[in-house]
Amino acid sequence: MEGFMYPNEVELQWSVLIVLYPFLTGLVAGAFILASLERIFRVEAVKPTYRLALLTALAFLIVAPMPLQLHLGHPERSLEMYLTPHRSSAMAMFGFVYLWYLMAVLLLEIWLDYRKDIVLLSQSTRGLKRFFYRTLTLGSNNISPGALHVDDRAGWVITLIGIPSAFLLHGYVGFIFGSVKANPWWSTPLMPVVFLFSAMVSGIALVMLVYLVTSAVRKAPVDMNCLDTIAKYLFYTFIIDFTLEMLDLIHRIYEADESFRSLDFMMHTRLFVSQIVLQVFLGTITPLLLLAATQLVRFSPSIRKGMYSLAGFCTLIGILAMRWNVVIGGQLFSKSFLGYTTYKMGFATREGLGPAIFLTVLPFAMLYVLVKLFPPWYEPLPPINPSPSAD
Amino acid sequence: MLKLQDINHLLRMAAVFAIGLVLFLVFRRAFIPKSFGRYGHFRGDAIAEITARPIVYAGHDTCEGCHPNVADTKAKGAHVHVNCESCHGPLAEHADDPASVKPQKPDVAHLCVRCHSENIAKSQGFPQVNAKEHSRGQLCNACHQPHNPGLVQGARK
Amino acid sequence: MNLTRRQLLVLLPAAAAAWEYVLAGTPEAAPTYNSTEHWWGMLLDITKCIGCGSCVRACALENDVPDGYFRTWVERYHVSDFHIENPVVDSPDGGKEGFPPSEFTGGKNFFVPKFCNHCVDSPCTQVCPVGATFHTADGVVLVDQNYCVGCRYCIQACPYGCRFFHPTKHVADKCTLCYHRITKGLTTACCESCPTGARQLVDLKNPNDPIHIFLKTHSVQVLKPHLATGAKNFYNGLDGSVR
Repeated sequence: MEGFMYPNEVELQWSVLIVLYPFLTGLVAGAFILASLERIFRVEAVKPTYRLALLTALAFLIVAPMPLQLHLGHPERSLEMYLTPHRSSAMAMFGFVYLWYLMAVLLLEIWLDYRKDIVLLSQSTRGLKRFFYRTLTLGSNNISPGALHVDDRAGWVITLIGIPSAFLLHGYVGFIFGSVKANPWWSTPLMPVVFLFSAMVSGIALVMLVYLVTSAVRKAPVDMNCLDTIAKYLFYTFIIDFTLEMLDLIHRIYEADESFRSLDFMMHTRLFVSQIVLQVFLGTITPLLLLAATQLVRFSPSIRKGMYSLAGFCTLIGILAMRWNVVIGGQLFSKSFLGYTTYKMGFATREGLGPAIFLTVLPFAMLYVLVKLFPPWYEPLPPINPSPSAD
Repeated sequence: MLKLQDINHLLRMAAVFAIGLVLFLVFRRAFIPKSFGRYGHFRGDAIAEITARPIVYAGHDTCEGCHPNVADTKAKGAHVHVNCESCHGPLAEHADDPASVKPQKPDVAHLCVRCHSENIAKSQGFPQVNAKEHSRGQLCNACHQPHNPGLVQGARK
Repeated sequence: MNLTRRQLLVLLPAAAAAWEYVLAGTPEAAPTYNSTEHWWGMLLDITKCIGCGSCVRACALENDVPDGYFRTWVERYHVSDFHIENPVVDSPDGGKEGFPPSEFTGGKNFFVPKFCNHCVDSPCTQVCPVGATFHTADGVVLVDQNYCVGCRYCIQACPYGCRFFHPTKHVADKCTLCYHRITKGLTTACCESCPTGARQLVDLKNPNDPIHIFLKTHSVQVLKPHLATGAKNFYNGLDGSVR
């Protein structure tokens, strides 16, 4: 500890798991917005990633509550948030936003879009898989054009509702921080907006990377029109995100209220690597320059793929760093503005780096399972070795 | 024109949601603590649980009830407003069972200096000394009677 | 009035339920304690605090406060000349064993005891997701440690740093204004053990309470008034440098 801190402030309360949580929900919101581009705004170019984006959102949404459960002092009491939610608490209301988004938006939309495949798979598979798909059909095997048309219309409505729901899902996380008047690093009306746009940036980058990686693994051709369109939306969204973050920074520097000197010092010392190096230079400036270059100069497809990959990867690092800087940064300085502490992150502890890494990898494992159960590929792969007969 | 068979699956899904909602409401009824909401948005029984904590400091009124002589001595000196347990520590257990629970004698070597060692942040009017220079190694109660801390007879100035 | 058996069968359970509510109406405090008749606050007199740490020790003993965590603590300030924006502050182990000699020889130096302000518009109760922290009718903010889920949002929301996460119970913890004592006519442990009267409990609904009279006739301040928390710890002689 450096300087003076209130005695109870020296230990951090919210750990790396609470850094991970907005990162994961942000990816969900961003992936969903990308999917909705095709469904609502008729951006046909990104259709190849529609189903993949939905499955990605679901994989991350399922894992999202896990860091929270690990963090709670009494996870066995966590249902209290649903039984006796305190209506003035953003955290309590968020429980319902999450439930709404999972059940009424994401699961419903995936079910409606995949229903034909589910019915066909319930007839062509055997054993446990057959039971699984049959349950999902809810006993209805109607895949006539009339029924499918109904599905399409219903899906459209769900997606339409889903867009503000996705905004709410991650905007709420921003509000959880932004409404804490005790903490000047967090307390700003810009917080939900900044969180939301950075979420969109990270989600779009993630789907782009997943598309590139899965195409490489499957040895399938990448639809360059699709990829270029995704990159374009990533670029535009990033510009808005960057503008908002710069606005927050300039405002703070200009107003220079009582917290400013303390926060400024913290940013130049404790947060230098994570904020200046990782978030700003590696995570924002670098991808923006890469993406801007691809908009101005016509590179070959393979070079574009490389630049997009690098930009996407840097973006994800940058957005993760942003979550770190907000959550951990907000606890490194004293509310007396007279001192600083350090974050002692363990590895093999309940809230340590080990579980954090595990929970970051887990959604990809979950995505793998989802992709196997609900193949999102629109064009069938040409067989590499013709198999003798179907098994 | 919507045919019933074409929206059948939607109706089944709606039924699943309805069942889920009913189960949730039943679960709520069963698991919300009975006293919740009695006085506000919290478990009413919590107040009783908190007020049931054991008392550790008896309070000077209780001490003076059994030790009126000490109270009289104190009333004449500078420590009149210093409560008994300030120096003697928590004594509710002793007050409940005076015969078997005896209070520990205060550790004079460390007790007095906590208040009376000189410190620039204490107000100038407050009696404070540099303990080593002041007592030259002697314990404070060699010259000062704690219940009435003026100098005892025969003490050297 | 002639009651039929059927009417009685309907009335009796209703009457039993109502009676239970009547019995439960007052918390199990002293039988004569009515929480709606009191509104608790505290007066901290900076001119009297000598930084002895008796309050910190007494609170820890009365309330089983674990080592290294503080329901109350004392800070020592040093302000040189007019530089009230740059005080030097220390609080060794919360002031529990008093303070070592100061390195300073001049300037303004004083002690400031701190603890939960039992705010009327407390941000901590506002953010609790489950209703585990709440206000009583007599103005005390309490934590239901059998209901708290340990999310620590309240600890983040408190501007004064008075809450902590209990290391073994894994719930939020803070000053309870010795609720188990004040509902039985005793004063708080910290006020009981304060040798100079720097800490005094005050009943803001009692116009004859001498401390209440003091508040009405002296210049007092609260901490961080710009946050409009409705704090009820009133400081007499508080310097502008105090954070």
